[in-house]
Amino acid sequence: MTNYPAITMFFIFVFATLMITYWAAKRTKSRSHFYAAGGKITSLQNGLAIAGDYMSAASFLGISGLVYLSGYDGLIYSIGFLVGWPIILFLLAERLRNLGDYTFADATSHRLDQIKIRSLAACGSLITVALYLIAQMVGAGKLIQLLFGLPYEFAVVIVGVLMILYVSFGGMLATTWVQIIKAVLLLSGATFMAIAVMWTTGFSFETLFEKAVSVHPQNYSIMQPGGLVSDPISAISLGIALMFGTAGLPHILMRFFTVKDAKDARKSVFFATGFIGYFYILTFIIGFGAIMLISTNPEFLNANGGLIGGNNMAAIHLANAVGGDMFLGFISAVAFATILAVVSGLTLAGASAVSHDLYASVFKKGKVNEKDELFVSRISAVTLGCVAIFLGIIFEQQNVAFMVGLAFAVAASANFPILFLSMYWKKLTSNGALIGGGVGLMTATILVILGPAVWVDVFGNDEPVFPYKYPALFSVTTAFIVTWLFSIMDKSKSSKKEINAFDSQFIQSQIGLKKE
Amino acid sequence: MKSSLEKKIINNQDFKSLVKKRSFISWLLSAITLLTYFCFILLVAFFPEVLGLKISEESIITIGIPIGVSIILLAFASTGIYVFIANREFDKTEKKILKKNK
Repeated sequence: MTNYPAITMFFIFVFATLMITYWAAKRTKSRSHFYAAGGKITSLQNGLAIAGDYMSAASFLGISGLVYLSGYDGLIYSIGFLVGWPIILFLLAERLRNLGDYTFADATSHRLDQIKIRSLAACGSLITVALYLIAQMVGAGKLIQLLFGLPYEFAVVIVGVLMILYVSFGGMLATTWVQIIKAVLLLSGATFMAIAVMWTTGFSFETLFEKAVSVHPQNYSIMQPGGLVSDPISAISLGIALMFGTAGLPHILMRFFTVKDAKDARKSVFFATGFIGYFYILTFIIGFGAIMLISTNPEFLNANGGLIGGNNMAAIHLANAVGGDMFLGFISAVAFATILAVVSGLTLAGASAVSHDLYASVFKKGKVNEKDELFVSRISAVTLGCVAIFLGIIFEQQNVAFMVGLAFAVAASANFPILFLSMYWKKLTSNGALIGGGVGLMTATILVILGPAVWVDVFGNDEPVFPYKYPALFSVTTAFIVTWLFSIMDKSKSSKKEINAFDSQFIQSQIGLKKE
Repeated sequence: MKSSLEKKIINNQDFKSLVKKRSFISWLLSAITLLTYFCFILLVAFFPEVLGLKISEESIITIGIPIGVSIILLAFASTGIYVFIANREFDKTEKKILKKNK
């Protein structure tokens, strides 16, 4: 099955984004352009771009699929994803913008040892980016295979090549505009679907839920919490992972440097929270609409009564049901665009960690000319893209469901604690941060491997060694305790200097006064 | 190793009150968000049936749905409140401090 309307619309999108890349490439002459779009993005644009980074294909198709499968549980998940945003605004966004230039490591290493802290931050960033990227690539290959009827390898290569073009030529400017366009398309498409669903019920939520309950196999249970989170430890641990993980994702944190000052950083989070919240309410309606309209329609079901292509296809089938072939094509093209935009953001964040943190600050100790750094970041983007294509292809038959969870766990346990403590706790020292962040990273990784997602689902053992699916409660706590312990035990001369530098950093973080 | 300018700012009354106000608002709003969210999560974990109560006799809608949607709206509203206060109050004080200490 080759889906021609979808392919046509996708070509239009690709053509438009390549034009933007060409335009952006002419403007991307310096480091500040490449990493941060010259700081010229407005707060509304940045809000859309942040929301775009967050509204990945996984969250659009995954959450509407989860609502389709078990109703209310999907809403619980969305809420967890959203509530991290106010916290980022209240505690991090402005300080981060005031302290950093291009990557979040600029802020964490502000008064600490450049080599130690940048290496740690780059490690945390690259691991988060790699896991997220593999999960997206494999998801992209399978989705495109299903939607467009293209072979898996071909789909992965197209995604990889396009993202390399956007990032290496157009830098942050192109990446941001690709993200903005996609966010607008996705929000419009989802709005249309939600309105179409409500139109069939005469705009009555009562009718929507009644019809859904009457056809869903679990009936009334879809109106209340089900099996998603069964015990309190898992519930809290999931909450911590979603909340603090969001605050430690390098490709999201990087977006705060694309606006001109702390005030715009603040406003971008406000816009982003609004768009993301609106989007989650739409996916909830879309999920229930899918229960009502497609779960009984044999056109969308396979021989066993399940959805063709799995539950994650609920939103795609609904697009067909409410808008016909053309709208199905539009939503498929938007799903493809979504993947492209998100992997581009990830690649840019990974490339910046290599060129700005590792190459310029660790390897060259800050003595680097701008041209070389720019060259290294472009090469890193190409390399990362090739690695992503390669891993995407070899992981085709693997179960990658744990990877996004692990990415969030690593971000919450290695990136977030150090970023937070460097700004809020005077006595944090480089040694404490390095050991604490490292231990957080290891703990998160080991607990995920020993937990049900890898030990049972991937390795095929009967019982997990570590019983919880989400390790964040334990790994984040460990990271904080170890960082605290090794910081207060650190009596070295350099650590005294770092503690003394806190006040000056504090002034800058509060009012943006740069040290001359 | 602090510069004299930094010493001046850190002892400046405006700066002190800015820091105090901002951290009060930040932590208060954070606490409200965290508390709401973790109460909700604990309700999900311990008393899921409470969220399954109907909003009225005739309705099929459970109270879990308006509660969930309200948390989403609350998250958005709290960012709005913070931005509103910061735009009105903090930015002015910041400018004042920077101007005075140029």
